[in-house]
Amino acid sequence: MKFTIQVNEGPYQHQTADSAYQFTKAALEKGHEIFRVFFYHDGVNNATRLGLPPQDDRNITNLWAELAEKHELDLVVCVAAAQRRGLLDENEASRNGKDAHNIHPAFRISGLGQLIEGGIQADRLVVFGD
Amino acid sequence: MSEIKKFMYVNRKAPYGTVYALESLEVVLIGAAFDQDVSLAFVDDGVYQIMNGQNTTGIGMKNFSSTYKALGDYEVTKLYVEKESLEARGLTVDDLMELTWEDEDDDYEEKPSIRLVSSAELAEVMADQDVVLSF
Repeated sequence: MKFTIQVNEGPYQHQTADSAYQFTKAALEKGHEIFRVFFYHDGVNNATRLGLPPQDDRNITNLWAELAEKHELDLVVCVAAAQRRGLLDENEASRNGKDAHNIHPAFRISGLGQLIEGGIQADRLVVFGD
Repeated sequence: MSEIKKFMYVNRKAPYGTVYALESLEVVLIGAAFDQDVSLAFVDDGVYQIMNGQNTTGIGMKNFSSTYKALGDYEVTKLYVEKESLEARGLTVDDLMELTWEDEDDDYEEKPSIRLVSSAELAEVMADQDVVLSF
């Protein structure tokens, strides 16, 4: 089965981010296809490359990045939600005159159309949220 | 992308207090460009999103309630409101905004977008969807 995953909450504050990751990983291990993972609302915070959780805790951003590398996952961060919350990639930062950028390279920034397309293309869209 | 799917956006939260309602509306507006079969559901505190007479002056937030009135122009014409959620909050349809759409197949007659349904009826509509996004 082909899935699109929507992640609506940030890391650590909510288990949502972990659950979405674990579901995605389990689905891939069972041979299912992940069309896209779309990060929305505070979920965009999962994409920061500047998070420093304690060393004996999981690093959710890195877990996503490792999974993405292994399975060529399309990890998409909503541009509007990201800009609101100060999540920028290098392009966005320079275009908006900001002096820093913080999106992990395993993620890409794009628009909400990518979420709708995910709903159209996948057999199931699974929303992880509060 | 020729296949038309049934998309339902389920709005469960009050319009202010959290950003879910506002950002849900942003998805609906973008999604309208994809020519899918779109409907919205308002349940729980989500029914407050389409209440009459919203005034955000005191909380310093943007009042985005007028955007719901534009949904008809985006061909988003099916707004299901759960009766039980209204009743639990002491509300009736009269407390909601008048939301309409123009039916171009019927001489552009203005028709109401709001469909008051019971929880059981809404469950049936929901079961018939291809994609359900909850906010």
